[in-house]
Amino acid sequence: MKTMASKRGILPGFGLTMGFSVLYLSLVVLIPLSALLLNSTGLTWGKFIDVATNARVLASFKVSFLTAAAAGLIDAVLGLLLAWVLVRYDFPGKNVFDAMIDLPFALPTAVAGISLTAIYAQNGWIGSLLDPLGIKVAFTPLGITMALMFIGIPFVVRTVQPVLQDLEADVEEAAATLGSGRVRTFLVIILPQLLPALLTGFALAFSRGIGEYGSVVFISGNMPMKTEIAPLLIMSKLEQFDYAGATAVALLLLLISFLLLLIINTLQHRFRKTAR
Amino acid sequence: MAGSLPLVPTQAKPQRSTTRNESSWVKWSLIGLAALVLIWMIVLPLIVVLTESLKKGWEVYVAAIVDPDALSALRLTLLVAVITVPLNTIFGVAAAWAITKFKFKGKQLLITLIDLPFAVSPVIGGLIYVLVYGEHGWFGPWLSDQDIQIIFALPGIVLATLFITFPFVARELIPLMEEQGQHEEEAAVTLGAKGWTVFWRITLPNIKWGLLYGVILCNARAMGEFGAVSVVSGHVRGETNTLPLHVEILYNEYQFSASFAVASLLLILALVTLILKGWFTRKSVH
Amino acid sequence: MKKSLKMGMVLSLVLALTVVTAACGKKDEAASTSTNDKKDVELLNVSYDPTRELYQNYNKAFAAYWLKEKGQKVTIKQSHGGSGKQSRAVIDGQKADVVTLALGYDIDAIQEKGLIDKDWQKKFDKNSAPYTSTIVFLVRKGNPKQIKDWDDLIKGDTQVITPNPKTSGGARWNYLAAWGYALSKNNNDQAKAQEFVKQLYKHVPVLDTGARGSTTTFVERGIGDVLIAWENEALLSVKELGPDKVDIVYPSESILAEPPVAVVDKNVDKKGTREVAEAYLKYLYSEEGQTIAAENFYRPTLESVKTKFKDSFKDLKLFTIDEFGGWQKAQKEHFSDGGIFDQIYVPSK
Repeated sequence: MKTMASKRGILPGFGLTMGFSVLYLSLVVLIPLSALLLNSTGLTWGKFIDVATNARVLASFKVSFLTAAAAGLIDAVLGLLLAWVLVRYDFPGKNVFDAMIDLPFALPTAVAGISLTAIYAQNGWIGSLLDPLGIKVAFTPLGITMALMFIGIPFVVRTVQPVLQDLEADVEEAAATLGSGRVRTFLVIILPQLLPALLTGFALAFSRGIGEYGSVVFISGNMPMKTEIAPLLIMSKLEQFDYAGATAVALLLLLISFLLLLIINTLQHRFRKTAR
Repeated sequence: MAGSLPLVPTQAKPQRSTTRNESSWVKWSLIGLAALVLIWMIVLPLIVVLTESLKKGWEVYVAAIVDPDALSALRLTLLVAVITVPLNTIFGVAAAWAITKFKFKGKQLLITLIDLPFAVSPVIGGLIYVLVYGEHGWFGPWLSDQDIQIIFALPGIVLATLFITFPFVARELIPLMEEQGQHEEEAAVTLGAKGWTVFWRITLPNIKWGLLYGVILCNARAMGEFGAVSVVSGHVRGETNTLPLHVEILYNEYQFSASFAVASLLLILALVTLILKGWFTRKSVH
Repeated sequence: MKKSLKMGMVLSLVLALTVVTAACGKKDEAASTSTNDKKDVELLNVSYDPTRELYQNYNKAFAAYWLKEKGQKVTIKQSHGGSGKQSRAVIDGQKADVVTLALGYDIDAIQEKGLIDKDWQKKFDKNSAPYTSTIVFLVRKGNPKQIKDWDDLIKGDTQVITPNPKTSGGARWNYLAAWGYALSKNNNDQAKAQEFVKQLYKHVPVLDTGARGSTTTFVERGIGDVLIAWENEALLSVKELGPDKVDIVYPSESILAEPPVAVVDKNVDKKGTREVAEAYLKYLYSEEGQTIAAENFYRPTLESVKTKFKDSFKDLKLFTIDEFGGWQKAQKEHFSDGGIFDQIYVPSK
């Protein structure tokens, strides 16, 4: 035990926390997910390839990934702004402001979808303003992006916020005394330190967006090849008792998301190393 | 640059020096911009919920909320949150400790696996439990013989919610604890402190904000989850309907006002947790 | 190291146990209410979306009838959702006593898993469909686009709202109604019918996942010129959402939608609720049951009630699902992956 510990460092509890984490992870996530892999009766390679190369499936993947990426990026920028203002400044109503951020989590996704549709439909508050300009939001990919932005924004704010809060003042102050401007300090000193958190936030908002179903179906219009999202295809396959087809799409979705997350997590790891 | 980072973070709140503040016009325009973003993205949908819920007046609003089915849905939703949030919190702290305080192979893989439930469509999050515990699932026949109902009953809803909210606490803590490093803890251990003492005295105070955020997010999501729960709930009124499902039912019955009223109840629940957070914050300051 | 690993495992086991104990607690509760045979009995009716109002009223009527007949108190629990999803829930272990779904195909799926006897459709009268409906149009007040029949739907820039047949059982009836109309108009020319349906879906700007979603899109969001809907849904939405907003238009010809009912044999035998479950469905055919169905805008099948509600339901030429060779065949040809419906959207290779 001693040698083990010294190899990992001197802190205790590796076995306990690691054992518990892995077991819990297996019970709640891995074993049920493997059911998806193993239980797919009738899912052959041929069928899987068939599904994976189906034009409609590919189109829905394109819609899902592009809208989720766009929403994630916008969220990353806006989320950073919100987190910055919340951590660095004092202003009246700040507590309310802070509290608001989490509400997209609390609102059932279906309600979010309905509300957003009500706002952006042709006869909605914003939709009716945009309609004369020829901009349609509801029932287009733009609408899906809006819904995903709403769903994803707390992820970015809440991952950046604690890191920003704990950021050491010393370096910043040193930079300032050395004559560095605020913008430069932000770009050179603060942003690199925030980047890992920001990336995490983006990754979470993005991957959440890919899987999102409840809010999107209301605002997307669900037109095949145009605004049909991948999770909807899973639903429609299930509706026809096509478990194999549904698992095929789900697996594909899972695989791609998993790889993307892995890449982002590794990237983030690199960033951290270079930042130190 | 790396060398200049202090090994031990300063315990006291960083002094607000003038060098860390922008000029006031930058500050206020940033605040204004943030407020606009907030209003556009979050406040507007909430206003829709509130105006819709009050469209038919207070009586309809109150009637929708004191409806026995709504109350039983509320009870179920709270029960599910009370079970899932502590479980995922314990897991989150343990996982973050293992990941950030030690070096081991496959760390990125483990982090990614923890993230996985975010990437899995909620529909699939429900479906996998049906595949495991459903009538035709792995344990289905055995459970059926024992007369234990997991899917379409409380345990199924709890499991699906556990899955959906699984990464929140861990994901909140990992970047934070990585940022903080392990020097403080190591110093304490070198001075002879025991593992639990180190955790309670050093780690916990350092991570309490991240932890709190994680718990709040986890809780909010646990109460608001719709997709996964919809798959494993039997949709029986007064029995396996959670609040979000009840909202959908009312909406589908063309009772728009009542439906939004129940949705606003969820918002109020979220506000209660946030008020609790404020209370904790004040307590910890004293 | 080893010791702490073990501790982690023990902790996890405790957590797992918590969940299981919760399960058992739930079971006990259920048992105490359902096994007391002669005293109280509980039924679970798993149904599809648009029958909520119907069964809310019918359940009260049946409970009163049963109490009077047998002196037994019966509580009926309702579960509603998309027809296919509900069928899947029963297959996966939802302990339904009776199912009342949108189409026979969804009950066939339960039967295939052995939960329902093979000849379920012969168990009750009229193919086990106690009430019927048909597919009609809902248009904006005053019918500004002058929509009178199916052909008008594909004229000019008319926008048609209908749900996605892949996710909504009810929408499959819509699709088949259009197809059947085109068939009979073009002397059973399948190619022409296919072309008509293709044109029709080109006029659809939004495919909601369920029937009620489509109604909301049409009425609340103001999108589209015409909504294809079940007659009962159309009549209900006129009542609920305002007669000043929309009108109902009957096409010259439509499909006879027969939402069937069945007792889930395996579940009622296990729970010992067969007698009351069968009586529950049978009573749907009674004078009172039929009247409740008619009041909730479903077409009654009992002659006496039919004449009573003659004015509520317009007579029109109706064809049945048999025109398509039954649900199994229709499903395979039209709605399965790569079927005719998919070809409308995906350019064929």
